Amino acid sequence: MKQMKILKSILACAVLLAGTLLITNCEVDETQTVTNFENLVMADEFDVDGAPDPTLWTYDIGDGSAEGIPGWGNNELQYYTDRPENVKVENGLLVITAREEAFDGSSYTSARITTQNLFEQQYGRFEARIRMPLGKGIWPAFWLLGNDCDINPWPQCGEIDVMEYLGDAPTIVFGSAHGPGYNAGDSISKEYELENDRFDTGFHVFGIEWGPDYINYYVDDELYQQITPETTAEEAVDNVPNPGEWVFNRPFYIILNIAVGGNLPGAPNEDTQFPQRMYVDYVRVYN
Amino acid sequence: MKNINYKIGRTTIVLGLLLIFNLGCERDLTDEAVLATFPTTAEIYTDNPVGLTDEFFISFDPAVGANPEAFGTDDNESYEGTSSIRIDVPGPNDPNGTFAGCIFRDRGEGRNLTGYDALTFWAKGSTTGVLGEVGFGVDFLENKFPVNRANIQLSTDWRKYVIPIPNPEKLVQERGMFLIAVGSFDVLGNDDPALADSFSDNSGWIVWLDEIKFERLGTTLTVNAEILDGQNLVQESFSNTTTTITGLSQTVNLATGENVTVGVAPTYFDFNSSNPAVATVDENGVVNVVGQSGTTTITAVLGNNQAQGSLEITALGDFPLAPVPDDPAANVLSIFSDSYTDVVDANFTPGFGGSTTQASVLSIGGEEFVTYENNNFTGIMFDNNPIDGSAMSFLHVDIFAPDASTQVEFQIRDIGSNQEIETNEFTGFPTGDDVDYRVTLNGLTPNEWNSIDIPLVGNLTTQRNNLGAIILVGGPSFILDNIYFFTE
Repeated sequence: MKQMKILKSILACAVLLAGTLLITNCEVDETQTVTNFENLVMADEFDVDGAPDPTLWTYDIGDGSAEGIPGWGNNELQYYTDRPENVKVENGLLVITAREEAFDGSSYTSARITTQNLFEQQYGRFEARIRMPLGKGIWPAFWLLGNDCDINPWPQCGEIDVMEYLGDAPTIVFGSAHGPGYNAGDSISKEYELENDRFDTGFHVFGIEWGPDYINYYVDDELYQQITPETTAEEAVDNVPNPGEWVFNRPFYIILNIAVGGNLPGAPNEDTQFPQRMYVDYVRVYN
Repeated sequence: MKNINYKIGRTTIVLGLLLIFNLGCERDLTDEAVLATFPTTAEIYTDNPVGLTDEFFISFDPAVGANPEAFGTDDNESYEGTSSIRIDVPGPNDPNGTFAGCIFRDRGEGRNLTGYDALTFWAKGSTTGVLGEVGFGVDFLENKFPVNRANIQLSTDWRKYVIPIPNPEKLVQERGMFLIAVGSFDVLGNDDPALADSFSDNSGWIVWLDEIKFERLGTTLTVNAEILDGQNLVQESFSNTTTTITGLSQTVNLATGENVTVGVAPTYFDFNSSNPAVATVDENGVVNVVGQSGTTTITAVLGNNQAQGSLEITALGDFPLAPVPDDPAANVLSIFSDSYTDVVDANFTPGFGGSTTQASVLSIGGEEFVTYENNNFTGIMFDNNPIDGSAMSFLHVDIFAPDASTQVEFQIRDIGSNQEIETNEFTGFPTGDDVDYRVTLNGLTPNEWNSIDIPLVGNLTTQRNNLGAIILVGGPSFILDNIYFFTE
């Protein structure tokens, strides 16, 4: 029910700004509530040293060639492995490490772990507490993919990027949604900039709350974006099948990774120091 | 832990002030209490100078070429508000000086900058020139905490520039608010400090500065700190000698993702000697070898960051004096020796153009010797009073080399009957009536005196009656003593 209040306030805002198309730029007022889903259904606190919990996490391995998307569809430069050099749990943290090393034809290694077939959920609150790496070309993410991409190829199966970050913009993260007519460079996306602080010097909480007709994005205690079926309908390009269709109505699974290089961040430069690590204190899901 | 400590520190200060306040009715504030409260004013220039000296542009010394007329304010240009600072950077031929350089100094006793992490300012140029140096910490009084960022590329639009404060805890009372030094615009991109002519095609340009202030950005991250340019050096040193730690810098990642490197004064670092009985190091990075033997490693910390680079020093004991020569005085014409009466007043610092050499005459226990550092080429000149070496057979020299790779070429020059040094400027060889004999000393035993007798042969066999100079090439570092001509 609290959720309704938020929606009403944002809708009111939208009405006030009707005609300006600046719906997502409405200031989030103090009466809004960041989170509403409080029933914890999954949590990995990363308290057991070693490999990530195999009942919850699996690995995407390689450079994407085996999946038919070399460079994972973005001309990324890393080779994902399941080695402890690239992913392990240590001192209460999940550590994903991007390294500069020759490995099976790639110049960098890293890791991408997912809960595919192990934990998938439709709707709810997904959040993680993360400390970011640093450097040009470093591209970590905490994101969700629809669990039926094999039947409904991306972007029809949907993608919710809870948090993406580029290592050469250490004060900015962004949350995005991808679907038909709004994906890749046309995704619906908004930046969140940290004031007087940076994301690589401490932990911050990144989350979404997702219901049948909204996705709310937050960082720490600040809600900064809401995406709704109206948003996707308005912003989608229309030269594709099902443009703007709201596809966030199926179970999604969680992905944590660091990509290196690729279309969005560009390649590492001489200032990029390796290894670079993303530290994850916890991943929690509520409904 | 750092934050907690800091908070405790602040609390203590507040309690301390309260205590003093409560006692105020009984006694006056002490000087110490006043010192604890230097103002924290952030602004340096907004639309006016803030808290600066009345003549707020304090120019660099015109004697070194600084143009004191270059500075002013401009009510027609500003990033914010109504006014900016305007620097009319002189061209290379300006009779008032060929570069603009000045500092701004706090008009009071200094400011407490411990709460800030950067100096920031907005700037633009009349063209896309480069600010040679911008920084703070220079007050022309103590110059204790200089920080400088070199070669800041300007655009013709207003942009914000950041100079990180390496270790704000140190700046409890700073008067050096701002420093800028900027030279003429390098139109052809051909400026080369080694070629004075390369600046002649440059032009004057204009720099505007606005909103100069200290800020707490919270978005700067130290990604590197260095001493000795990050190198791990090993050195053997004699007792009671000093070495200064140089090559100090800090690299900071800004919110823009850009890495900015600044040159940092040693006073920002905390230096450590792993064995102070061998060598101590002071706050200025001066290492003093106090032991007779043993090894120590000098390292440094900048704030919370261990600096890259170190200096391992092994103490060699007291510096040995050169051996006392045993050639009879009657057979000697001495240039530089405590054992003979010198027949010339040799000049060890001729100031050859392009020379990087630092030569100096030092004395230990009344015994003089000449030290050379960073020698590319220099000379020992006695051309005002040439020596007739017709009866001499050798040049003797005692040479002390710090390592086995040292090699020095001696060019013993006879300057001919016109008694003028004549050198082909392209080849370095003697011309006119000059001749020389050249020999390279190498394979020297390091860290002790090597006594060398160089025969006066080659072109000197028939011409050595106007010996006027000994040119020294390479090294790069060595010490000389007992330089004299003799015959057996």
